[in-house]
Amino acid sequence: MKVIDTVAGRHSGSRADSGLLEALHGLQAEHGYVPRQEAMALSRRLSVPLARIFEVLTFYSYFRLEEPGRITLSVCDGTSCHLQEGPVLLNALQELLGIKPGEATADGAYQLNVVRCLGCCSCSPVLMVDDKVYSHVEPTDLPRIMKKHPPIVNKESNDDAHSTA
Amino acid sequence: MSTTTPVKDPAALASWATEQKAQQDSGAPILIRVSMGTCGIAAKTGSVLEVLQSEVQSQQKEGQIEIVQTGCMGLCHSEPTIEVYDRQTRQSIFYGNVKPEHAPAIVREESSQAYGVDILTQNWYRPEEEKADVATAQARIVLRNTGRINPESIGDYVGTAGYTALAKAITSMQPDEVIQTVIDAGLRGRGGGGFPTGVKWQFAANQPAGEKFVICNADEGDPGAFMDRAVLEGDPHAVLEAMAISGYAIGAAKGVIYIRAEYPLAIERLQCAIGQALEYGLLGDNILGSGFDFDIEIKYGAGAFVCGEETALIHSIEGLRGEPIYKPPFPAVEGLWKRPTIVNNVETLANICAIVRQGPEWFRSIGTEKCPGTKVFALAGKVKRVGLVEVPMGTTLRDIVFGVGQGIANDRAFKAVQTGGPSGGCLKSDDLDTPIDYESLRALGSMMGSGGMIVMDEDDCMVNVAKFFLEFTLDESCGRCTPCRVGNKRLHEMLVKVCEGKADMRTLEKLRQLSDVIKETSLCGLGQTSPNPVLSTLRQFRREYLDHVLNHMCTAGVCSALISYEINDRCVGCTLCARNCPVSCIDGSPKELHTIDKELCIKCGVCQQVCKFHAVDKH
Ligand SMILES: Cc1cc2nc3c(=O)[nH]c(=O)nc-3n(C[C@H](O)[C@H](O)[C@H](O)COP(=O)(O)O)c2cc1C
Ligand code: SF4
Ligand code: SF4
Ligand code: FES
Repeated sequence: MKVIDTVAGRHSGSRADSGLLEALHGLQAEHGYVPRQEAMALSRRLSVPLARIFEVLTFYSYFRLEEPGRITLSVCDGTSCHLQEGPVLLNALQELLGIKPGEATADGAYQLNVVRCLGCCSCSPVLMVDDKVYSHVEPTDLPRIMKKHPPIVNKESNDDAHSTA
Repeated sequence: MSTTTPVKDPAALASWATEQKAQQDSGAPILIRVSMGTCGIAAKTGSVLEVLQSEVQSQQKEGQIEIVQTGCMGLCHSEPTIEVYDRQTRQSIFYGNVKPEHAPAIVREESSQAYGVDILTQNWYRPEEEKADVATAQARIVLRNTGRINPESIGDYVGTAGYTALAKAITSMQPDEVIQTVIDAGLRGRGGGGFPTGVKWQFAANQPAGEKFVICNADEGDPGAFMDRAVLEGDPHAVLEAMAISGYAIGAAKGVIYIRAEYPLAIERLQCAIGQALEYGLLGDNILGSGFDFDIEIKYGAGAFVCGEETALIHSIEGLRGEPIYKPPFPAVEGLWKRPTIVNNVETLANICAIVRQGPEWFRSIGTEKCPGTKVFALAGKVKRVGLVEVPMGTTLRDIVFGVGQGIANDRAFKAVQTGGPSGGCLKSDDLDTPIDYESLRALGSMMGSGGMIVMDEDDCMVNVAKFFLEFTLDESCGRCTPCRVGNKRLHEMLVKVCEGKADMRTLEKLRQLSDVIKETSLCGLGQTSPNPVLSTLRQFRREYLDHVLNHMCTAGVCSALISYEINDRCVGCTLCARNCPVSCIDGSPKELHTIDKELCIKCGVCQQVCKFHAVDKH
């Protein structure tokens, strides 16, 4: 709730709406996605109709409406990576995990995303696992990389994470 | 740093600069610059930095060697890159592909060459400080500090004439003089449009006084471009200073930087720079005692390419969906919160300080008559030296691709170079000798765009390239107008058919016709330029389209529907391919010829990659 309060405090009057994106960014940073509950709370706090909030949420691809997998695998499909076997890498990863881009594995361990240019075009094709960038990745490298990022089990639930923070 | 109180006036700034310069000159005799841009960090430059630091300690050279982290040096092809600069002789050695195990030798040798480490040639100069050398293709105005100073130190920036342009503008020039200087310099917008920057400022300045805004467009959406990010990561103060100057010129007291949320490092460096500038009174109230106030706020994008369009960007800052609207009224008249607003690209702004410092004639002496100055390109794809390059306008594509980029990697043949990203087109080898500027590229059916430049070789299928860009446009169309939303979808479907070998000659004609309609009837630049990749490849690489349509062939071997994998009789039955195939569609017992079940094969190419006997063919 902290994010919402600071944003609401700074933006008021006719320009209150400009705080909306900021608040949504804050919520996503906190939860990894924008939970519906939080969106409703935001609507009340900023006196912005919920429909307006979802209108914005669904427009911007950065915002997620569902909880993502715990480890995020982002395959680059920028121009350079696309021309240098990025799609082959994506295909292989899809087969390996059995999911499509934008989806999480059933156990919630991995999230598969496609991104456009990570700015390391000299390393194409690029795979980013959470914040770690792997360069010149070939499908045969995948098992080794996945081993470095084993599924996180017994992850504390969101609420626990908050109370310890 | 000596001053922690705000810098009171231009004289105080000058003496701080002298102090910084003296400090820089009298520092340790050797300065090692370590390139810590996103690409450097991805290449594990961090571990090189750590070992360098500990080597300096263990070899007890703290007095001789100073290590500084900088932004991207532009030498992305050989990250981790470091520069060993000798303060006495003013000579540098650039080392590329540095590994942690090289660090002891580098520290030991100081400014003489360390054995066994790749040496790179520096092929750029800084027109403000150095004379042009015929051998150097690049000229750095925008990137003058990027890769040279510590972006997190305002003192470093001040030591290289930082904030003197702002001081000069606000204390010794009238706002209209500043605007005239920018008009005379002939600077044109580097965000793609090429509109004269000074003229845009003039429009906003001519609006009645009152609240006005300056926006820096850092939404860099082209999926193969990273110029703006490199500037923000490597020299953030240059952008802040330029925004303040433009604010003074048009009478605005507030600036907004709209940056992609996907650029965490750039955001961090900007926040750090804004904090420092406020602390030293180089932003905020009554800057340098001049009575001029200027504040800068950062706003984050959220993954929408169309928000790079200025009216969409303004909507996004206002907390709305980022949909463009019809112009006029232009933002300079009615922009953010319906107030006069100028929107300028990062690279455009990064030219401003040098223009104010050196004057318009100096700027005009670089580049061409119609397009003075330089352009930064993110050179990527199949060239040997992938990286960030800055060349004078009017340089030929050949000089960039084969000069700075040193030609095609892996001994393949050059096929095309793509400029302008999803709004641009592909140029063939016949066009390589064209001096590039906004007009010449448009005449060839492409665009300058923001500066993505992707080189393609014989293994790239041009139909597939067109399809790739269209997929991007489809994802990114805001959906407001039908030609863009639906038309591009139909174009994409037709291209898919071509790639699958299911199209006929009528499809090619329809592709062209529909492209023309979309260009003419879409509202914003996204839709108006979205068919460019299709039209340009259709015109320049018609042969390849015909191969797909008439011969069901993809000569580059990219379109998966038109290729197949087969195992030839070189197979010794080692079973390696079968064990690696992700869908287990390879059959065969050990020591026997293996076969691929083509029905199940997903054409991933893994088998070909792993086979040590060249026994897998691609047809
Ligand atoms: C679809 C679309 C995307 C754009 N993306 C960007 C961008 O990422 N960065 C940018 O500076 N300009 C972008 N522009 C151009 C801006 O609308 C605007 O012209 C530019 O920011 C003006 O700054 P300049 O005059 O300094 O170039 C885009 C335009 C369109 C139509
Ligand atoms: S041309 Fe496309 S992106 Fe631009 S306003 Fe129309 S639908 Fe939106
Ligand atoms: S191309 Fe991929 S799917 Fe097809 S046989 Fe080879 S390894 Fe298996
Ligand atoms: S295209 Fe993948 S990092 Fe640039």
